[in-house]
Amino acid sequence: MYRNLSIRQKQIVWAWAFLAIPVVFYVVIRFYPTGNAMVISFQNWNLLGDRTFAGWENYRKLWHDEVFWQVFRNTFVYLILGTPISLVISFLLAYHLDKTRFMHGFLRMLYFLPFMTSAVAMAWVWRWFYQPVPIGLFNNFLAEFGIPQIAFLRSTTNALPAILAPAIWAGLGFQIIIFMAGLRAIPQSYYEAARIDGVSNFTQLFEITIPLLKPTIVFLVVFSSIGFLRIFDQVFNMTTGDPGGPLNTTKPLVLMIYQTAFTDFDMGYASAQTVVLFLILLLVSLFQLYLLRDR
Amino acid sequence: MAATDDIRPTSSGLFASTSAKRRANMGQFIRWMILMLLGIAMVMPIVYMISTSLKWPHEIYDVSLIPKEPHLENYTFVLEDGRFYGWFMNSLIIAVITTVSNVIFDSLVGYTLCKFRFPGRYIVFIAILSTLMIPTEMLVIPWYLMSQSFGWLDTHWGIMFPGLMTAFGTFLMKQFFETVPDDFIEAARIDGLNELQIWWTVAMPLVRPALAALAIFVFLGNWTAFIWPLIVTNSWDMYTLPVGLSTFADEADVAWELVMTGAAISTIPTLVVFLIFQRFIIRGVVMAGLKG
Repeated sequence: MYRNLSIRQKQIVWAWAFLAIPVVFYVVIRFYPTGNAMVISFQNWNLLGDRTFAGWENYRKLWHDEVFWQVFRNTFVYLILGTPISLVISFLLAYHLDKTRFMHGFLRMLYFLPFMTSAVAMAWVWRWFYQPVPIGLFNNFLAEFGIPQIAFLRSTTNALPAILAPAIWAGLGFQIIIFMAGLRAIPQSYYEAARIDGVSNFTQLFEITIPLLKPTIVFLVVFSSIGFLRIFDQVFNMTTGDPGGPLNTTKPLVLMIYQTAFTDFDMGYASAQTVVLFLILLLVSLFQLYLLRDR
Repeated sequence: MAATDDIRPTSSGLFASTSAKRRANMGQFIRWMILMLLGIAMVMPIVYMISTSLKWPHEIYDVSLIPKEPHLENYTFVLEDGRFYGWFMNSLIIAVITTVSNVIFDSLVGYTLCKFRFPGRYIVFIAILSTLMIPTEMLVIPWYLMSQSFGWLDTHWGIMFPGLMTAFGTFLMKQFFETVPDDFIEAARIDGLNELQIWWTVAMPLVRPALAALAIFVFLGNWTAFIWPLIVTNSWDMYTLPVGLSTFADEADVAWELVMTGAAISTIPTLVVFLIFQRFIIRGVVMAGLKG
């Protein structure tokens, strides 16, 4: 039968044969669960009892939940501190690294190495750094110079930045490498022309480099924003025992989802929270498309 | 990258007088020094982790970087316990299988969407593209319920099934198959190869760098994955390294040298792989970052 098909028809048969397993996968493992999460968000369900229709109750509860607003704020603090700080640092490093030839490969390796680590392992390393004397490295250093101790993870104001630091640190390598690739893509002739016209390095940076890096910058802003909005591994591991830090001051949305679903087993409420996370991330992605529309 | 390293003019080359040139060289040197110091600071957490894993318990109060009497007792202790070995193997099995699966299926789908014309192509393309917008965290609850009803909780399959294919990998591969000329595929067809053979023996070897980039990303992602393995496993012998380390460290949080040893065991393999394939991996990260 196959022999009698035209070349075009054979192509269609092959295409769908290749796609059969993946299509089943995407339907069962991606689309069905997405719909399912949305359905559960309108139900009351504690995993053991009956599933009952709850209407907008979970969302109303979320709206009036003080912890949720605290968590919402925390999540955006991770984003608003994390994205600009990591982008400025990685841009400055990439900019200067790009102009350095001597031992370039070795320097690049040093900066990239943290990207290859596991967030969980490094969360525990940083947690050790933050311990009070006589254990924690940072406080031991402070003590040696006679500087007062800092309560990193046990303070309501310091805990969030303390958790953010390893997240920024681990992501820098990736951002630097992407920035350097972007810098390499700018034609040297632009800089030569600018130099002949006597344009200063500073002006070159703002008139040539940064405008031409726009697609790279937009990509990294969105990529790192999504990363910080979904922060979990570092927070979970640096605050076991008191998940979410003192008075929930470090708790991000994903940790709240995890606790609601797998500590309290309130599946409906947790699903409503995941839908909110989904909408936030959707807005960020649409924002990227808007910024890149003129390409 | 290496080829472009030396042909770039340095700014110092344009200065006419030698004193200005010396000043420029001085600037270059200061820049290099600062970058080197910051670079060393960047790897300090990793260095401290390894150094502490070689220390005796009483030494961890000491901020010195070099252990007084370096020893491997912590490693023997942690590995003799047996649990880390099991977690290591679980992580390895899961990372290897998901990597193989992604390399095969993502490239097969990417290739089909790129090189075949068939009804439904656009819909499949958009459908897979749209899954990039769905965060994992939204899917974990349905996945958990699914695993519960099919008996996948606490199994290797349960840990790995969500990551067997990724939309990211599919689009990365689709981009790279665009660079494979259609003439090659036509020629292979005339030679009598079937479509499966053409994909595997003609197209796949031409996108090898992209496959390597994909493999690195998938492996690293699954090796360090935390939230889903944490949810789907509940007996310690099924834990992956990150989940096991998290539980172990939480129990042992006074014995920091043992926590650092566990952290080192889960970090060193990827660091060693990186140091061996450094150029390759950085090129892959750039390709995946810019094209994906």
